[in-house]
Amino acid sequence: MMKEDKFILGGKEFQSRFILGSGKYNVELIQAAVRNAGAEIITLAVRRANSSGEGNIVDYIPEGVTLLPNTSGARDAGEAVRIARLSRELGCGNFVKVEIMRDSKYLLPDNQETIKATEQLVKEGFVVLPYMYPDLNVARDLADAGAAAVMPLAAPIGSNKGLATREFIQILVDEIDLPIIVDAGIGRPSQACEVMEMGAAAVMANTAIATAGDIPLMASAFRRAIEAGREAYLSGLGRVREAGGEASSPVTGFLRD
Amino acid sequence: MGQMQDGLPSHMEYMAGMEQIDSDILEKVVSARDAYQAESYTEQDVRHALQAGNMGIEDFAALLSPAAEPFLDEMAQKAQKETAKHFGNSVYMFTPIYISNYCENYCVYCGFNCHNRIHRMKLGMEEIEKEMAAIARTGLEEILILTGESRAQSDVGYIGEACKIARKYFRMVGLEVYPMNADEYGYLQKCGADYVTVFQETYDAERYGMLHLGGHKRVFPYRFHAQERALKGGMRGVAFAALLGLSDFRKDAFATGLHAYYIQRKYPYAEISFSCPRLRPITTLSNDGKEEVVSVEGQGVSERQLLQVMCAYRLFMPFAGMTISTRERAQFRDHVVGMAATKISAGVSTGIGSHSEEVEEQGDSQFEIADGRDVAEVFAAIKAHGLQPVMNDYVYV
Repeated sequence: MMKEDKFILGGKEFQSRFILGSGKYNVELIQAAVRNAGAEIITLAVRRANSSGEGNIVDYIPEGVTLLPNTSGARDAGEAVRIARLSRELGCGNFVKVEIMRDSKYLLPDNQETIKATEQLVKEGFVVLPYMYPDLNVARDLADAGAAAVMPLAAPIGSNKGLATREFIQILVDEIDLPIIVDAGIGRPSQACEVMEMGAAAVMANTAIATAGDIPLMASAFRRAIEAGREAYLSGLGRVREAGGEASSPVTGFLRD
Repeated sequence: MGQMQDGLPSHMEYMAGMEQIDSDILEKVVSARDAYQAESYTEQDVRHALQAGNMGIEDFAALLSPAAEPFLDEMAQKAQKETAKHFGNSVYMFTPIYISNYCENYCVYCGFNCHNRIHRMKLGMEEIEKEMAAIARTGLEEILILTGESRAQSDVGYIGEACKIARKYFRMVGLEVYPMNADEYGYLQKCGADYVTVFQETYDAERYGMLHLGGHKRVFPYRFHAQERALKGGMRGVAFAALLGLSDFRKDAFATGLHAYYIQRKYPYAEISFSCPRLRPITTLSNDGKEEVVSVEGQGVSERQLLQVMCAYRLFMPFAGMTISTRERAQFRDHVVGMAATKISAGVSTGIGSHSEEVEEQGDSQFEIADGRDVAEVFAAIKAHGLQPVMNDYVYV
């Protein structure tokens, strides 16, 4: 029997390691996506929640799911902090995913501003999950600032390009004592599975599911891929040789001590 | 460039009070437009562009060329994928509000031009509030404030007050008003607006001089640099457009894309979007007071060609927003949202004071619209196409 595998974030315990984004959907489908994904954490843009009328995402998110509001639209730390406060005022809870972009083309995060915003928001009592470009030094600074997890990107948002930053994410997994949640660019379940095999704590995906032909089916495909990847990681993957074969019996069997 | 036309001041010379900024973008765009030979591109160039991962300027040029016309379906399919990647199923809704139709410019193709005998009017603050309240009741959360281009009748202070009222009723406030200096844009940003749309109309500087015979708008470079001044003033985003049909539409579309491209490179944080208006007939009053519909001589742009332009913009700048005008018919609009366009207006009137029944006197319209559906109808049409209408995806900070 497998030992218990807990995913703890901001003092809360979660069974699912699949964080689902809520943007880019037809709102009626969010519920089915959440159910089939088995997701317990849903991200939502404060700028989409900040709406009184029809199509306000918050109305479509099932009860009992933890909201992870994001600060998309922020261009610097100051704006991110203000959006996070607005999120709290709107009743979206204490979790916040810091997203700061100064680039409208690739939507790449600004690591320096992200560190500043994380420091401030932790002081204000938020559970901060910063979206970042996978840089080890920055990840350490974020950990020092009190981040609850680090969310490195796999590839530019919406690109569905998969693990473009694979090697650097692996370094974060190996070196940082916080959950590493891989975010952005994951286009298919196999990539989500690979991320989990690498030892990531969770995967966040949105576009790949929201724009699939059959959304509920894709949501469950991702769920299974993430679970499979996690089990593979926990079970200890067989080593892969760079090249050539390897004797299956020890070649040092003649040694006495 | 810079020559006099029948005694008119040069359209390349700044007028008093117009801020000049240090920028080489105009020169780059205009010279690239001049050099662009749409006929020189081949089927092979188009195929190359369609296979390119990250499209370059030459690929964009190829997609706008006649050689790309047989590939329109392929372009549309690829555009649809790109739109989905960047915007998912979201389609943003908004409506324009015309608060004044006084204009000091003489643009020969425009219904508001100062020689056109239309009913002029500007709304007072109370009327603006009534109009905005009426629009807000339809469920919209984004508004675009428009004026005719008259600093005398609708000065920056007047527009600023309108923005403050708009902030009470809407989450996002955009401006489509006369170009102004960076500090004035800065003031309006503080009043609550932070997206600026300026149509260059045509990037053909010579033709521009022939079409814009009077007023501030006559000055081509001042208008060209408006987006840059808006960003320097603190605006979040800027929109670009050529009024397709005023000159060679392929060259103008090419220049529009390049203008946006160079601005994005210089101001990487700026949100960028395109509008894709085609020239429409305008209604004027003749001397005996009869209405007549006038068409300005221009190059006809077919729906196919319009879609080609839209898909080329989308593939060149997949992350940019794109608005589809009510100048186009409903069925066309419904099909291009999600394919290339990301934003659609609804409940549109280009006249003054026509949203609220409480505003009795009304001013005449700028141009004829082809899609008169109200907000609920457009909302339902977007849904019927399997997309999600979004009233707001924005937070003013």
